[in-house]
This record gives sequence, structure tokens and C-alpha cells, in this order.
Amino acid sequence: MAMRKVAIVGAGMTKFMRRALETGKELAWEANKMALDSCGLTMNDIESVAVGTAPDAFDMVHMKSEYLTDGTSGWRKPTMRGFVGGGTGVFTVAQGWYHVASGLFDTCLVIGEEKMSSCMPHPQAAFVTCWDQFTESPLQASLLWFFAWEMNRYMNAHGITEREIALSSVKNKKNALDHPCAQLAAEITVDDVMNSEVMAWPVKRLDVSPTSDGAAALVLASENVARRITDKPVWIEGVGWCLDSMYVGQRDLYYPQYVEVAARMAYEMAGITEPRREIHIAEPYDPFDYKELHHIEGLLLCDKGQAPKLLADGYFNRDGNLPTCPSGGLLGVGNAIAASGVMKVAELYWQLRGEAGKRQVPGKPKKGVAQAWGDEMQVGTVVVVGT
Amino acid sequence: MTAKIKEWPGTPLRDTDIKEKKVLSTEWHPNLKYAWDCGVGYGRYFAELKNGKIIGTKCEKCHRVLLPARAFCELCFRTVDEWVYLKDTGTVNTFSIAYTDVQANRIKEPQIPALIEIDGSGGVGIMHLLEEVDPKKVKIGMKVKAVWKPKAQREGAITDIKYWKPL
Repeated sequence: MAMRKVAIVGAGMTKFMRRALETGKELAWEANKMALDSCGLTMNDIESVAVGTAPDAFDMVHMKSEYLTDGTSGWRKPTMRGFVGGGTGVFTVAQGWYHVASGLFDTCLVIGEEKMSSCMPHPQAAFVTCWDQFTESPLQASLLWFFAWEMNRYMNAHGITEREIALSSVKNKKNALDHPCAQLAAEITVDDVMNSEVMAWPVKRLDVSPTSDGAAALVLASENVARRITDKPVWIEGVGWCLDSMYVGQRDLYYPQYVEVAARMAYEMAGITEPRREIHIAEPYDPFDYKELHHIEGLLLCDKGQAPKLLADGYFNRDGNLPTCPSGGLLGVGNAIAASGVMKVAELYWQLRGEAGKRQVPGKPKKGVAQAWGDEMQVGTVVVVGT
Repeated sequence: MTAKIKEWPGTPLRDTDIKEKKVLSTEWHPNLKYAWDCGVGYGRYFAELKNGKIIGTKCEKCHRVLLPARAFCELCFRTVDEWVYLKDTGTVNTFSIAYTDVQANRIKEPQIPALIEIDGSGGVGIMHLLEEVDPKKVKIGMKVKAVWKPKAQREGAITDIKYWKPL
């Protein structure tokens, strides 16, 4: 395909927190400004804008990307909002990529924003709008049911225990101790997870990421522009996304097939044939601890059902063979839905440039993959980056 | 770059800051009401639930039973061929024991939501609730049967099945 190379040249984010004083516009502006400042550009240098933000029902702001426009530097510019629920953040990076890869624009600002705290007392109630209004919502379904079903099915298919899964939460919350924006960084143990409140068995409180307010932004540029801005561009080498059936009873929840399809699309574009050898660092989507493991398998980074064993062996630790969620992930940094997906790509950007500070993965990683998931829990979005 | 930034933007608040009006906020309590007409496929599906029956549709091209019943096959992109009655029994594909409700409120008596593969559907599941069973004894693979509302109380909705119990 005749597409131009696209680089990430700047990144920024706000702290993630349960409730922010700042409005969505203000959060978006803070992240946007930091991303622009980091590469010495101004909003006048930005030719197009890709916005990601979660369902409008979460903060009851209609036409949210339009509402956010002054914070996204989107006025009088081609601005586009894409949406695939929880998968939105990484999907927004893919959107930004094709804005530039197509040759239409030399620069694109990618921004993910979320203000979940406006729904009182808790945004959980707004999640009911995610279900099918005929056959599912009338059962007063909590979205937690779905995650519990999936975790149960995953454990049952492979003989995995809750304790093995809990280790992912322990790892990510610990990694987040080194992230300056983290909401729930902590030194916890597997026993802490096991003893935490059962919300919807097998899902316990410490298996789950928090709801968050926050924003994260990236500046994308075409090759000729990127080379003028930085001598350390991080290239977006592959993108992929895939939607599976909305009928939950029509899929087997033990494996995220849609992630595999999206990953294969991204790997093929990036020329990756052996992801287990070629990917040095990964940011799989981890709103739940079992989901990190599920997604590692969907990203073809290990065999089905093997992620828990590798996790226990330290394989996915920051100093392991294949560090996953070195940022601290959603479990540690927070789950500001669309912002979290962008944060994951920002983490790869900082890691590949050797700028991740205390979070820096050793061994100069050169290739990374970020992934998000959500919608009606049937979407996979994947971005591969490299130096 | 991240190491150089001393103060990251964002100002955390507590819930009480809003409740006790330590910061100003503006509120809206919408009272919105919606009615969705059920359409062709779901319309018959719900009408049959009112009769105490579970119905699906069949696509002869991919040999699938579509459940809940739909008017067209989304894989073959063609009109379905026939309506097929299914049993009101099935197998637990997966389940949860939920101690939080839809509003994230805590509940003492847990609900047991499950995906139930309906007999005769070729393994297609629907979501519903299990009752009349000790939560500790629920297993994946357990056979269950629908418990229907009395006929006079049915209204043509998924809730016409009260719950499912072990067979």
C-alpha cells in the first residue's frame, strides 16, 4: 500500500484521578499543551485532530468532541471523533495515523479525554446503556456480570486460578508507583487481592481498575516534518482494529478472537512475523487483571492459557523478557477510558525514546505494541510502534 | 521527557468536595423515558415468550440457529429461512455470583447471572439469572430449566422468564 510513514513526535497527559477539579475541556487542553510543548509546536502547526472520548451517557455532555474542541485545538480544522467504547483510545491513534499516512495532512493531534466522575454517585449506572435494550438491559444487568463471565470462562477453559490472575494486579499497581500520574499505585500482595471485596465473583475489588478523569495526547507527523522536529521519532508501524459479534452468547468468552484479528492486521502492516521475538514491550489493555493476560494471549505474545504461568515466572515484569504494562496500566495509573488507551501508546513512545525515567524498561526496547478493548466487549484495537 | 516534568497537570477532588459544596458544581437530574419498538425478529421472539416458548430463526446457508431470533442472518447477509421452537432448557456456559447491582450498590443476597446455552440451538447462549440454587453449587456445564411467570403476568419481554433453576 502506498502510505506515508507516520511518527509520534510529542506526548502529554494529565494526572488520572477519581474526580478532577478541571472540566473535560481543561483536561484536554492540559494534555494537548504538554504534547505540543514537548516537540516545540503550537496549535497552528496542527493540521488535523483525532478525538477519542467514551459514551456521552457517562458525563451527559452531548456531542462531546465538539464540546471539547477548544481543548483539542480543533477549531476550523478537520476534526474527527471515532468511537469504539473502551477500545477508543488506541483506535484514536489509528485514526490519527491514517490522517497523516493518507497524505492528507502533515500533522495530526491525537487526544483522548474522559470525565467519568460527573455521573453521580458512580458511572456504573450509565454502563447499563451499553447492553442490548431489548434482551439484556431489562434484566438490570450490571456490566460487571460480563467481566465475571469472561474471567470464569477463561479460568475454566485452562484450569487457571484466581490467585494466578491476581498477580497481574499486583504487578501493575506496583509498576504504577513509578508513574507520576497514577491514581491507584500501590504495593499489594496476591492475598490482598483475594481478600478484597467480592463484587461479582470471580471479580474482586482489587481485580478491577478504578473509574477516572484524565486526558492524554500525542502529536503525529509525516516523515519529512518529523525529521525536522526530532532526531528520535517513534514510528507507527502498524495499526489494526476489529469488531466481533454483539451477541455475547454467540462467542466463546475464553479467548479474545477480535484482538487476534486486530493484532494480525497490525503485525502484517509492521512486517512482524514472530511477535514473541520481535515485540520487546507491550501495553495490553488491563481494566481487569485477567484481561491483561487474556489480551497478551490475543496479541499472540504467548500460547492460549499460558500467560498466567509466564507472569508467575516474572516474564512480564519490567525487567522480564517481555515487559507488559510497564506504565502501571489501567489497574495502576487509572481507567480514564479513551485517555488510558492514548496513555498506553504514550508510554511506548517514552519507553522507546528512553525517556520513561524510573519506569524505563532495560535493554533499549525498539518495538512495542499497545492494545485496547471495550465496546460491548467485542472490539480489539492495536497499534505497533518502533524506532 | 517525563522525568523532566516536575508537576503534572490535574487537581484531584474528593466526592465530599462536591457534596459539601467546597467546590461549585451544577446538576441535572434527567427524567427521560424511551420506548423502542421491537422490530420484526425480536417482535416475534417476545410474542413467543409471552406464550411461554423460546423461538429462534434458522439460516439454511450457514446452518445456524439465530438466538435471540432475528429477521436476517448477519453472517450470510440474507433473510432467514424459518422460525424454530427451542426447548426451555439449557446448559450453563459461564456464570457469576454478583454482590453489586446495576447501580454498583451492594446487595446481601447475591444474584447469579449466567450465559445459558439453549438446548437445540447448537450452543448459542442467552443471558439470564439463576435461582433456587445454592451459589456454591453452581457449575459450568450445569443443566437448567426456565421458570416462567404465570401466563396472566407475561407481557412479551425477556423478563417473562423469571429465572432458571437446576434441572
